[in-house]
Amino acid sequence: MRIFHKFSWEFKVCRPIAALLLILSVSVMATLNAQVDAFEFENEEQQKRFRTLSNELRCPMCQNTNLSGSTGGVAEDLRREVHRMIVDGFSDTEIEKFMFDRYGDFIFYRPRLRAETILLWFGPIMFLLIGGYLALGIWRRASLSSVDSTSLDSHQAAQLQKLLRNKH
Amino acid sequence: MNRFNFFIPAIGFFVLALILWRGLYLDPKELPSMLIDKPMPKFALTTVDGNEISNADLPNSMFLLNVWGSYCLPCLIEHPTLMRLAEEGEIPVVGINYRDKKQLALGWLSDNGNPFAFSILDESGRFGIDLGVYGAPETYLVDADGVIRYRHVSVLDENVWRQDFLPAINKLQAESNTQQ
Repeated sequence: MRIFHKFSWEFKVCRPIAALLLILSVSVMATLNAQVDAFEFENEEQQKRFRTLSNELRCPMCQNTNLSGSTGGVAEDLRREVHRMIVDGFSDTEIEKFMFDRYGDFIFYRPRLRAETILLWFGPIMFLLIGGYLALGIWRRASLSSVDSTSLDSHQAAQLQKLLRNKH
Repeated sequence: MNRFNFFIPAIGFFVLALILWRGLYLDPKELPSMLIDKPMPKFALTTVDGNEISNADLPNSMFLLNVWGSYCLPCLIEHPTLMRLAEEGEIPVVGINYRDKKQLALGWLSDNGNPFAFSILDESGRFGIDLGVYGAPETYLVDADGVIRYRHVSVLDENVWRQDFLPAINKLQAESNTQQ
């Protein structure tokens, strides 16, 4: 409590700053969404597809953001391209192929199942199975050996009793 | 058999360590280009000087395709190398002025010097998308048949030229010699 009291001025100063930062970041996110919504579509369904695609396609320049959340130049161009293709009547598969032909698997946050990505898809479950198998083996061996080590024959029991008696 | 089992964890550790060690030296920013061994995408645009230009106007020999912009600081760093390559006639350099303004591009060229045979104007970045460009500077090596053979992302300085481009060029020349 005393420690808290000592630093309480920091709480008084920091809290409003933190709150301000939170408000700022929320309003920045709001403008980012507005940026996405600046495109015009013929119907709700097109708009929904645009949102899904720009959320699932990755910005190649900024690496860890999707197209909808990125302010990078190439992301802006790709958003425009996705919008144009949707309005021109291309299917999602065609748009994904367009992106794949130019930017490769990297463009998808959910990579497609191909020979190159098989380890990516099944690697974790493979490691889990190997680890589980090893852990099971270790556990079984440990439980077997623990049974062995606790059971003493009559001679060992007598020795133990003798040792314990000597100690006192 | 039991002896061998004893070493399994150690072997597993070394295999994993080797993979992770290699991973340390991979640059996650360097994405493989999808256009390697594919022909240059079709285009019909203008140069920054306002001349019409299409695939037919590209050099008939091997050339470099350099993506640049007046806003791009690393482009200034690689600029002397491109100038040298062009001046010494080592290889023709074609520019793509990517997501830039024509006036700014012309100003940049007259301020710094122009290493390019010509610069294709791509104000919208649309041609860049067809090439799989994700930011200037990028440099492509295109062979005499107009097929893209190599791509380098970020600054092309003398080291990169010697270590990456010259071997790639020599390999291509050896290939075309054996074909003839």
